[in-house]
Amino acid sequence: MDKVIIANNLSLSYSNDETIINKASFSINSGSFIFITGASGSGKSTLLKSLYGALKPKEGSLIVGGVELRGVSGSKLNFLRKHIGIVFQDYKLVKEWTIEKNIMLPLIINGYEKSITQNQVESLLKHVRLKHQAGKYPMELSGGEQQRVAMARALSHNPILILADEPTGNLDDYSSQLIWNLLEGANTQLKTTVIVVTHHIPEAMGVAYKHFHIEFGSIHEVN
Amino acid sequence: MKSIKNHLSLVIALLSILFSIQIFTIVDRSVNAYKDNLATNYSLVVVSNSALSEKTIIEADERINTMIELSPDDVIQRLNTGMSTKNMELLKHTLPKFYKVKLKHYPSPGDIESVTKKLLTNQSVTKVENFSQSHDTTYKLLLLFKNVVSLFATSIFVITTLLIFKELRIWQFKHSERMSIMALFGAPTWLRSAVLFRLAITDALITSAVAFGLFAYMSSSSWVLKQFEDIDINIVLFDPLYDFAMLAGVAISLSILLATLIVLGHKEEV
Repeated sequence: MDKVIIANNLSLSYSNDETIINKASFSINSGSFIFITGASGSGKSTLLKSLYGALKPKEGSLIVGGVELRGVSGSKLNFLRKHIGIVFQDYKLVKEWTIEKNIMLPLIINGYEKSITQNQVESLLKHVRLKHQAGKYPMELSGGEQQRVAMARALSHNPILILADEPTGNLDDYSSQLIWNLLEGANTQLKTTVIVVTHHIPEAMGVAYKHFHIEFGSIHEVN
Repeated sequence: MKSIKNHLSLVIALLSILFSIQIFTIVDRSVNAYKDNLATNYSLVVVSNSALSEKTIIEADERINTMIELSPDDVIQRLNTGMSTKNMELLKHTLPKFYKVKLKHYPSPGDIESVTKKLLTNQSVTKVENFSQSHDTTYKLLLLFKNVVSLFATSIFVITTLLIFKELRIWQFKHSERMSIMALFGAPTWLRSAVLFRLAITDALITSAVAFGLFAYMSSSSWVLKQFEDIDINIVLFDPLYDFAMLAGVAISLSILLATLIVLGHKEEV
C-alpha cells in the first residue's frame, strides 16, 4: 500500500529552544483514517501544521504526498496544498466572501472550470445541509454551520489528504455527527486519507481507523 | 457603505498627491512663462567707441541672442538747439555707439555678471549697463515664489505619503487573513494578491478620473483663467493627454507599490 506520509526522526519546534516533537518516525498508508490524540500542549496541532507545511521540520525528514517538506520551495508547497483539504477548529473562512465563494476557493485555485465548480459547490452545499444559505456570509452563520462550510471547502477539490484540527471541538451534536459522517464518507467512498487531531475519539465510528498518541514529544501507535 | 469608506481613504490620499504634483506643474509652467516674458523685455545696453559686428558679440557668449544698434537720433534731437546740419553730423560721429543686447533666456544674476565680463573683454566696449539691481529684485522674487510653492508641494507629498503608509498598515491587517487562508489551499502569490492589486488599481483609476475632472474644470474656469490673464501669463493649465497620463501613471505606480509592499510584508500565519 502507498505511503502518503513518511516521517523519519522528525523533530519540530517553534524556536530553537523547545522541541515539541522529538525524533518521531512513523508512516501513514494512503486511504487510512487516523486519529491523533494527546494532552493539551502535547504537540498535536504542531504535528498537523507540519503536515501542511506551515511549520518546517527542525530535524529529520517529513514526506507528504511525495513532497519532502524540509526546505521545501514555495511552489512545491503550493502544489502539495492544492491536494490537501484542511479543517480548522476556528474554521478559517474568508469573512468578506459568501459561503458559496468560500467553498469554491480550492476549486478556483486548482483551476476548475466554472460549470464544474458551480455543480460541485451546489452538491456540497446540499451534503452539508446549507443549500438555502449559499449567499450568506460566514458571520451570519452559527459555529456549527461555519464548520460545515469549512468541511465542504476541504472536500470540494477531492483532495488526497484531509487534515482536521479538532473539527468538532465546539460544535453541537447535530453538526458534529454531520462532520464525522462527511469525513467517513470521504474516506470510504473517495479513498481519501483522513487525519484528525482530537481530544476524544467518537465511540461509534463507522470506519476502521488507526490511533496515534503524542506524549512527551514522542508519537506512538495505540492498539 | 463600508466599502466606499475603504476606497475613499486611499482615493483621498492619492488625490492629494496628484493635486500637489499638478499644482507644482502649473507653477513651474507659470514661472517659465514669466521668465520668457521677462527675457523678451530684458536687455543689456553696450556702449562702444567703434562699430561692433553682431557676429562678434554673439560669439562672445552663447547666452547672447541678438544685438541691435540704438539710433543716436533721439539724443541728438534733444541736443539740437539751433545747431547746423554739419555740426549735427559731426556730433553724430563723435558720439559713442549704443547697442541693445538680448539674451536667449532670462538670466540669473550670475549669468548677467558673466555676460557683462565677457562683453567688456572686447577692446571697443567701454561700458555695459546690465540693470542688475532691478533684475536682481525680480529674479529673487521669482525664485522665492517658486521655492515657497515647491516647499508647499513637497510638504503635501510627504504628508500624503505618510497617510498612504498608514493606509498600507490597515490594508495589510485587512487582507492578511484572506491571503493566509488562500495560501493554506495552495494559492500562488499572484492569486493571493490579485484582489489587493485589483483594489489598488481600481482606486488609482478612480483617483485619476476625479483628478481629470477636477483639473479639466479648473483649466476652463473663467475665474482661474482671469487670474492668469491678469498677470499676463498664457499657459496650458491642464493638458488632457500629457498631464492626465502623468497623473494616472503616478497614481497607478503608487498603488501598485503599496500593494507590492503589502504582499512582500505578508507573513504566513503559523
